[in-house]
Amino acid sequence: MPDRIRVRTRVNDAEVEFLCESRQSLLEVLRDVLGLTGAKEGCNDGNCGACTVIMDGRTVNSCLVLAVEAEGRSITTIEGLASAEGLHPLQQIFLDEVALQCGFCTPGVILSAKALLDREPRADEARIRCWMGGNLCRCTGYDKIVRAVLRAGEAMRKGAS
Amino acid sequence: MTITADQENQGPGQLRVVGTRAARHDAVDKVTGRAQFGADVYMAGLLHGKFLRSPYAHARIRSIDTRKAEALPGVKAVATAGDFPIVQKQPIEFAQSVRGSRITAEVILAHERVMYVGHAVAAVAATSFHIAEEAARLIEVDYEVLPAILSIEDALKEGAPFLHESMTTQFRVDRFGRGEDTGVKSNIADHIQLKSGDLEQGFREAEVTVEREFFTQTVHQGYIEPFSSTAYWAPDGHVTIWTTTQGIFNVRSSTAEIIGVPESMVKVIPMEVGGGFGGKGTFYLDPVAAVLSKKTGHPVKIVMTRKEVFEGTGPGSASHMRVKMGADRSGRITAAKFYLAYEAGAFPGSAVAGGATTGTGQYNIENFQIDGYDVVVNKQKAQGYRAPGQSQANFAIETVVDELAEKLGMDPLDLRLKNVVQEGDRMPSGVPYPRVGLKEIEEAMKAHPHYSAPLEGPNRGRGIAVAFRWQGGQGSPATINVNSNGTISLITGSVDLSGTRTTVAMQAAEVLGLSIDDVVSTVGDTDSVGVSGGTGGSRVTFDTGLAAIAAAEEVKRQMSARAAQLWELQPEDVEFRDGIFTCTKNPADRMTFKELARRLGSTGGLITCSVYAPTTGVGPIFAGNIVDVAVDLETGKVDILRFTSFIDAGRAVHPGFVEGQMQGSTAQGIGWALSEEFFYTENGTVANSSFLDYRMPTSSDLPMIDTVIIEVPNPRHPFGLRGVGEVAAVPPLAALANAIYRAAGIRVTRLPMSPGNILEALEEKSAQR
Repeated sequence: MPDRIRVRTRVNDAEVEFLCESRQSLLEVLRDVLGLTGAKEGCNDGNCGACTVIMDGRTVNSCLVLAVEAEGRSITTIEGLASAEGLHPLQQIFLDEVALQCGFCTPGVILSAKALLDREPRADEARIRCWMGGNLCRCTGYDKIVRAVLRAGEAMRKGAS
Repeated sequence: MTITADQENQGPGQLRVVGTRAARHDAVDKVTGRAQFGADVYMAGLLHGKFLRSPYAHARIRSIDTRKAEALPGVKAVATAGDFPIVQKQPIEFAQSVRGSRITAEVILAHERVMYVGHAVAAVAATSFHIAEEAARLIEVDYEVLPAILSIEDALKEGAPFLHESMTTQFRVDRFGRGEDTGVKSNIADHIQLKSGDLEQGFREAEVTVEREFFTQTVHQGYIEPFSSTAYWAPDGHVTIWTTTQGIFNVRSSTAEIIGVPESMVKVIPMEVGGGFGGKGTFYLDPVAAVLSKKTGHPVKIVMTRKEVFEGTGPGSASHMRVKMGADRSGRITAAKFYLAYEAGAFPGSAVAGGATTGTGQYNIENFQIDGYDVVVNKQKAQGYRAPGQSQANFAIETVVDELAEKLGMDPLDLRLKNVVQEGDRMPSGVPYPRVGLKEIEEAMKAHPHYSAPLEGPNRGRGIAVAFRWQGGQGSPATINVNSNGTISLITGSVDLSGTRTTVAMQAAEVLGLSIDDVVSTVGDTDSVGVSGGTGGSRVTFDTGLAAIAAAEEVKRQMSARAAQLWELQPEDVEFRDGIFTCTKNPADRMTFKELARRLGSTGGLITCSVYAPTTGVGPIFAGNIVDVAVDLETGKVDILRFTSFIDAGRAVHPGFVEGQMQGSTAQGIGWALSEEFFYTENGTVANSSFLDYRMPTSSDLPMIDTVIIEVPNPRHPFGLRGVGEVAAVPPLAALANAIYRAAGIRVTRLPMSPGNILEALEEKSAQR
């Protein structure tokens, strides 16, 4: 059994400590060690975006981040978006606009959209299509996803003002 | 946009639930990351499985030495095909009546020969997948490399070696019929032939003819969730399987046969499915996980890597087609001759029959001959891909029809309307069409602002295509439990790929006068629900919907009897309308569904109704596309400027879902047309087995996809609906090819119409000048 390394990090606003092997990815630890299975493995080589999480405000493919690199970081996964008050506006609008079908890419898509809208709440269609280019969806043809992100941007701007 | 024809023929009264945009039952779980997909199964003592796969396209397995792998710390077991009892008991047979689980077993683990690069040879179970991966590499296989056949052309060449010495061509004239054995040894597994009229006479009547040859590439369904399965073989012999599949009962019966246990000993639990598109209509992991579990006493989970998905699962067939069609001066299509050869992969079973029986189905053609050939080659065994076999065939036919229109100087939609099939006309198989909406689609296309919008700018063009597909066709069970608060739980047996729990529940709610929120809709496991067909063929909302309606009708009947009991009347004196039971003798006696539900406990107990709705057969459905493109003559890149997809949904149960099916279908069609492709090396290796290199459309490649839903009610369904899951994936290939012709003057007959192939076609064109 290879030596395990202790890592201290923040996940969804809570202090988290885990042990991992040096070869384990952040995705593997989120799923297999921390039980956060909302991050999905679609390719394990950074091409599909199903494992997208937000690390220190930036989206990362968690399959391409080593678990040991999480030391001292702050990570948001899909499980951290809804609160006791209810769904995040993006989640609610994805639901209202039928912006999902099988739902496998959805956690990554929503986190990717959140990272965009958090920094560019006025992102237009072209910007959204470009930004979301790293999140493959095979079911929707992206139409309803792009519309949902546009609407969420509007809703989040209104909510903020 | 929704256009409804035949308002009066929409089923009983005004619909309240069917036709609305109800919230999905699984949506909250899916936006919060809590939905459980196949790989999300964890349990105590779980082991991880990994495969060793063949590096050769064709080789004899002389021996497999697993000792080094077994010696690695953490390795618990190794399995090979020899561990499948079916492999020990039966040889592979190729007559259509006996194909089935034996071939499936051979695809899952190679026995004496590997038949393609990526063919699984052995599997390891270990305490972590890293260890299992290391161990798989330590398995030593001694191969005798054999010559490989990697294309249809090579497979059909005079003197080509036979892939299977015992295989002879099966001939049939009906898609679903059993073939006759021709006794002819060949790499052609199946030959399907459809004929009508007098072909030569038809071509004599033609004023113009067009003859073209087409090649289409191997493509993948591209579901984002890789295959995964977890199995536990309990000490008492019960096998439980948690899996991602389009058909739990198929996994149950076939796995049971392969691992040699009665199917009653196998329980299959459907997990959420991260996309299937036909690819998950078969399975690769479950029997292996089961056998590894038996050997170790632990549950075993296997999750494919993306590379394994590309190399080791069934893609959509590559094809070679030839079309000759003729039309007279008026635009009437007088004759069609259609040759299709599809790559089956290493074992019989491409979807060539799907192409042969539908390709010309948009047109009334008196004289035709269609010959479809299923050809084995040393590649992955092909699998269905959204309207299996039809996109290829439609690409060929719709391109040729476009050329006929051009030669006749006719508008391509006018030519299609001239030959449009309507009720009473015959499908290529000879079966008459019931009421269908193709004419309405074509008229809507013609009237749509997109069709007449000016196209400004250089090298821009507009193309159209229409397509025919079947939907439905398997029996389904449904159970409804009435709760004491007047809500119901609905349990069905075909897995939900994209919202069918909701669309089926909407139909039950409609019958019972309930709101969609009053229905909890679940897909059961194989121990808790009756045998149901798999999810495919655009069938679940239609077939399972019929079962839900029948179960709801039975609930209505039993509830009416209870109301009669309370009112001391006969059941026929009770009328049920809009959720209210009324006494016909004394209309002041009324109870809502919920009020009556509260009184079930005191009138004989709560109500459970189970029905099995047998299939009502397959029904036709049509779609059409209008697309505008710009072709960059320098780079060969095609940009899609505008896309409008049309469908006759019969009745859109949930318009948002129908739009979603159309948009997703279109995106897959666009990928097939423009960018997706398996590159095989000379030795048969898939050289681009990653998403990056396979090139599925991303959000930045596509425009918005506009949808027009036509509603010409399906006479075979109480609410008039048709299954919409696939047909819209068929026409984009030809619509884009036709648009590219108008933009750049080139007829591309080899897919994909990628920049390289477009440039080549442009160069050919300028060389001809």
